[in-house]
Amino acid sequence: MYQYDQYDQSMVDARVEEFRDQVKRRLAGQMTEDQFKPLRLMNGLYLQLHAYMLRVAVPYGTLSSRQMRMLGHIARKYDRGYGHFTTRQNLQFNWIKLEDAPDILAELATVEMHAIQTSGNCIRNISSDQFAGAAADEVTDPRPWAELLRQWSTFHPEFTYLPRKFKIAVIAAAEDRAAMRLHDIGIELLRKDGVLGAKIFVGGGMGRTPMISHEIRDFVTADELLSYLEACLRVYNRYGRRDNIYKARIKILLHELGPDEYRRQVEEEFAKVKTLGIDPPVAELERISAFFAPPAFETGLSDVVDRSDPDFAVWLDQNVKPHKQPGYAIVNISLKPVGGIPGDASADQIDVMADLGERYSFDELRVTHAQNIVLPHVRKADLYAVWQTLTEAGLAEANLDLISDIIACPGLDYCSLANARSIPLAQKIAERFKDLDRQRDLGELKLKISGCINACGHHHAGHIGILGVDKKGKENYQLSLGGSGAEDVSLAKITGPGFDEDGVVDAIERVTDRFVQVREPGERFLDTYRRVGFETFKEAIYG
Amino acid sequence: MKLLTGNDLVTGDVTWWTGQGWSRHVEDAVDVGDRGEGIAKAEEGARRVNVPYVIDAVETPEGPRPAHIKDRIRALGPTVRPDLTLKPADPEAGSWVI
Repeated sequence: MYQYDQYDQSMVDARVEEFRDQVKRRLAGQMTEDQFKPLRLMNGLYLQLHAYMLRVAVPYGTLSSRQMRMLGHIARKYDRGYGHFTTRQNLQFNWIKLEDAPDILAELATVEMHAIQTSGNCIRNISSDQFAGAAADEVTDPRPWAELLRQWSTFHPEFTYLPRKFKIAVIAAAEDRAAMRLHDIGIELLRKDGVLGAKIFVGGGMGRTPMISHEIRDFVTADELLSYLEACLRVYNRYGRRDNIYKARIKILLHELGPDEYRRQVEEEFAKVKTLGIDPPVAELERISAFFAPPAFETGLSDVVDRSDPDFAVWLDQNVKPHKQPGYAIVNISLKPVGGIPGDASADQIDVMADLGERYSFDELRVTHAQNIVLPHVRKADLYAVWQTLTEAGLAEANLDLISDIIACPGLDYCSLANARSIPLAQKIAERFKDLDRQRDLGELKLKISGCINACGHHHAGHIGILGVDKKGKENYQLSLGGSGAEDVSLAKITGPGFDEDGVVDAIERVTDRFVQVREPGERFLDTYRRVGFETFKEAIYG
Repeated sequence: MKLLTGNDLVTGDVTWWTGQGWSRHVEDAVDVGDRGEGIAKAEEGARRVNVPYVIDAVETPEGPRPAHIKDRIRALGPTVRPDLTLKPADPEAGSWVI
């Protein structure tokens, strides 16, 4: 994992003290809320429905056990004993006091963490593949590049006040586990004739105007990647609309200019930027990459796992994924127990996961955009012990990528932007489908719920997506089908009139029943949907 | 009826104007009529509340009840964590919101 040098640490420490002074001035009445709000947001501090909320950055979703433990400590000391892992691979604390915020940031800084780039119209925390460095299908580890982008984008003077927030994802595998095509910029690292570079996608996003990104360049060499991204951002910063918040994202600029014209302008800018010396020297790239060297894997380990415990065998089949190193596996910890709150973990559970990471996974954990946790490097011989510990902690739900592995935003239970509650609906759906055999029979089925049009719950990318709306003061839920955030990216289509909470659960069951009727062997729900078409399922829902 | 609500500047707690000051309990709130904005301005200036605003509410035997679900959830707490609401011992508290 990357470790701060003196510059990283001094920047973060200075930021803490700057914010401490800003809070002091706000509490002393030397600043109004209008003056203070943009400053607190730059430090990840929002005012939500019930209290201040602090969003802590987890760069590219990677955490050490020490960092994970710090999150548990903060949950206990300053919050109400839990945290919420988000669809941006970050963590939110829901019950923060303004007067505590500087101390919390100071404690985070002691473990090389902060809340920078978790709000505001800047380049947000870079997201990436949660299996980075462990996946068998990656062409390179994307984390050194994600870290380089973090360093480039943090406090970038030209991109601190963009027209709107800006999200970048980096992957390096054919399987897209980071919803890369639904980011403002998506970077797919690949090799061409043996040379490392990247395919660049621009203009994706969810929100009120969902769009899939356009391929803007089929290959830029890695040593010019930053210059190319700088050019992409410059064109956006110059021409992105600042007159209308709803048309300010880069996807709208791409839509209005057209991808060809945007590409032409970027290439023109790229030619200028290349002369500025923005790209890092090879020595710096090597310095960063060295932090992500593979851990000291043992060799000669057996790949055989004792499956005699049937519950363990189910978890093994559902939540454990292949690792590139023989004898090792990737463990997915589901934060979606039936009856639980998607993405929430208690301080005790956070500690358990930190301990497991330290003991069994070379001190590493990952946060996924699906609001789960990953232990990336576990010896197969240790899987049973890991599962036993997870079971004791209520963390062994064997439902990865099944219908109860629901992405859900905090919704109206916590969020001041929401129009409807997401969590109770997720709980009702999970309860309806709690029979694990039934879930596994349905197979991969990604259900995603957003409590408002901002789409933090990624409903546009759900095989089944649900959007909560306010209908004359009542919660109402629009159902949509056929979305995907993976390499087979697509946007879900709204089925028709919405439902109340119970009605939408029934409608989902009519969809899954129809799927079972019409599927062919080996098909996922999404495959069947694409083969038989929207109308088949619409007819099942509405008759 | 109209209620004046906001958040405590220091703690972020949801608060309600009682006519004398601020309470965390909506049952203590009073009808501010058309005086809400004036009170809000004075109280915000005195740093006793953050981002105050006026909402619609109805009078019930149990006290004022915000008209919109969002404000009722603000008044109680998250419906999915009854242990963290202002009425953790009241199993019916959630139904009051919905």
